[in-house]
Amino acid sequence: MSAAADSFLERAPLELRDWAVQLLPAPLQWISHHLITIVAVLAVFGLFFAFTTVAERKLLGRLQNRLGPNRAGLPKFSILPWHIRHKLFGLSQPFADAVKALTKEDIVPAAADKVLHFLAPVVVVGFSLMTFAVLPFGRNLIPVELDAALLYFFAAGSASELAIFMAGWSSRNKYSLLAAMRALAQLISYELPLILSVVPVVLVASTLSTSAIVQAQGAWTFGVLPHWFVFTPWGFAGFIIFLISALAESNRSPFDLPEAESELVAGHLTEYSGFKYALFFMAEYFGLTALSGLGVTVFLGGWQAPCELLYWVPSYLWFMGKLILMIMLFIWVRGTLLRLRIDQLTRLSWQFLVPLALLNVGNAAFWALTAQWSGPLQLVRWAVSAAIVIVPFLVIGRSLSAGYAPRTYRYAP
Amino acid sequence: MNSPAPAFASVPSPFGAPSGPTVRAVHDQFHGDLLEVSMGPQHPSTHGVFRMIASLDGEQIVKLKPVFGYLHRNHEKIAENTSYLASMPYTDRLDYLCSMSTNWAYALAVEKLLGQSVPDRAQYLRVILAEMTRIVNHSCLVGFLFNDLGTSFTPLLYAFREREKFIDLFESLSGSRMMCNYQRFGGCRVDPTPEWLAAARTLIENFPRFLDEYERLLTGNEIMLARTQGIGRLDPARAVNAGITGPVLRASGVDYDIRKVDAYGFYSRFDFRVPLGDHGDTYDRYMLRILEMRESVKILSQAFRDIPAGPIMDPKAKQRGHRPKAGEAYARIEGPKGELGFYLLSDGGPNPYRYRVRPPSLINLTLLEEMCLGHTIADSVVILGSIDIVLGEVDR
Repeated sequence: MSAAADSFLERAPLELRDWAVQLLPAPLQWISHHLITIVAVLAVFGLFFAFTTVAERKLLGRLQNRLGPNRAGLPKFSILPWHIRHKLFGLSQPFADAVKALTKEDIVPAAADKVLHFLAPVVVVGFSLMTFAVLPFGRNLIPVELDAALLYFFAAGSASELAIFMAGWSSRNKYSLLAAMRALAQLISYELPLILSVVPVVLVASTLSTSAIVQAQGAWTFGVLPHWFVFTPWGFAGFIIFLISALAESNRSPFDLPEAESELVAGHLTEYSGFKYALFFMAEYFGLTALSGLGVTVFLGGWQAPCELLYWVPSYLWFMGKLILMIMLFIWVRGTLLRLRIDQLTRLSWQFLVPLALLNVGNAAFWALTAQWSGPLQLVRWAVSAAIVIVPFLVIGRSLSAGYAPRTYRYAP
Repeated sequence: MNSPAPAFASVPSPFGAPSGPTVRAVHDQFHGDLLEVSMGPQHPSTHGVFRMIASLDGEQIVKLKPVFGYLHRNHEKIAENTSYLASMPYTDRLDYLCSMSTNWAYALAVEKLLGQSVPDRAQYLRVILAEMTRIVNHSCLVGFLFNDLGTSFTPLLYAFREREKFIDLFESLSGSRMMCNYQRFGGCRVDPTPEWLAAARTLIENFPRFLDEYERLLTGNEIMLARTQGIGRLDPARAVNAGITGPVLRASGVDYDIRKVDAYGFYSRFDFRVPLGDHGDTYDRYMLRILEMRESVKILSQAFRDIPAGPIMDPKAKQRGHRPKAGEAYARIEGPKGELGFYLLSDGGPNPYRYRVRPPSLINLTLLEEMCLGHTIADSVVILGSIDIVLGEVDR
């Protein structure tokens, strides 16, 4: 095990950095050490963002009986030498999009608050990138090792909603303003269940540090059943609550009210064009990636392998694989579901997610207290923990959806 | 709380002080001005160049004014200055999703004026094409309705996949996908080949599978139920008073289907049922469309079974240069959107003296404000989508 942890592939990124750093004169080493980390995160997740957009467009296309973008390639270049006209499966689409966004005219409305209008896209990207600092991408790969990493993550993540309000307010457009109001309502409603869904993990792992949380999930029963938190009753409930809240926090369908296309044209983005628009787009995907990364870290075992036999695979590959699966899930949801209304959105949070998340905190406390139970008591522990989640879920869920049901229809005599 | 609502009048408004029923969440001076949002004429979900001026209290609509006329083309006046036959292609452009049934309504009016009879095969063809048009229209409508509800195009593209098969058939029959120009006074323009009929029959046999798939994906969806049930209720008495027809009226529970009431064409020969809603809300309007498509499939399978051989045009009918005797005629059909009527007044000349369309889209739109009041701006878009308008017909 320790041999695998110290394998060359695991250490390769760090070795590379240290080698580059020691080439520089001593006074520059400290700063370049950190700069290299920042550049690596920016480059990896910048590219990841680019290919997420292609993946989203292609996957949505497939869900809708379309092909998605498949034309953009490199002229006179092919990854398959014997097939010159190969279009790279449209994989260079994001670069074409970037060129287009950069060359478009940047229009600022005459009545807009110019400073805020300019600052909003900058701020939103900045805050959404800050969240990446505390995600453990691999066994040795964490940009900043913070003791209160989770607190930091939520603070930075919710600040980006402020930028959406800035954008909506400064555009001096009624659609944008309505969208900004919606974004704030959504932020206040969903920040709470999002944080509460993670609290059980903090209780059981008794730490706020993301890398320690991942370490706590690194064991297997019989070498095949991983001890990820999602495979416990409270962890599963927390994961579902986290997923729903993450969808809402990142303004994804079915919670994409701030940019509801069919109602508010483009919401807070209505008065943005060119690269500023692209920045918002980028920030949205960064936010989505960061939240997925947090979900992977907290519930899905982070960089841990799913079974002991696969322990030799480099840990950052596991992290990326799980991240991609999470994002695919989000795209699938977007291709399927309808949008909620703003009052239903807040009601779902306050009447359903928050009570369940609070109960789930108690559930985790019960789990932590009964850690010594073994043998048949273990079954009792699982049953009680499951009941604490499932019974309120059924009761609250039934009461919330009361009165809504498919109907039968009569025919004229 | 029930003190007379202050200060509406002090809010400067481009369309005057509010009248009629207004709903406000809170009535006091601390809850500032109303926000007026102009949705349209360029807006993703007004289904064309339609405009709604909405006054919002928060997100709630307290006043809504539909504005239309952006697509006015002087259709009726043009028709009064051309021959009867030359107006036929213009009727394609009224409801550009359902040219086949619009053609039929116009042909019916002129035939009434001329006293022209129609052979059996043509009657069957008209029923077949009108019901196929109904399916095309309704499947488009539910697709667009879900788009308004916020899906990212998936149901719309599923619906368009099916619609494409139908309009391919229309194209192979009439030469045009949407502007079919197919009906003539006394029959139809071209006779479908047996291969065409076989292809259409196969398509219809497979269509219920699409409906099942669609319903499995969407009808029971909890968000769909919560977004549409109880939203945009239309009272049956108000609906009848306003002259609303078609699926919107039947969703309110009024049994009025011109295919049954008038039994025009050969509809009396077909066995089909008329579904009725009990709530008159958006969900009922959606479900009625689905159920009507199922009934249309039933009609079509009977029509394919029974269609006789024979001429498609009355041999005695004049091909052009129609000069009906002085008189008037009003003919109506149950179009996919409601009662589609043509009123013609002839002075014996080659042109109609007066030509008037009764467009179901326009008349169904008149109660839009009443359906939207008290709901949110998001609902207004959905309610508009569930009424099913085509701007070509609203503005003419």
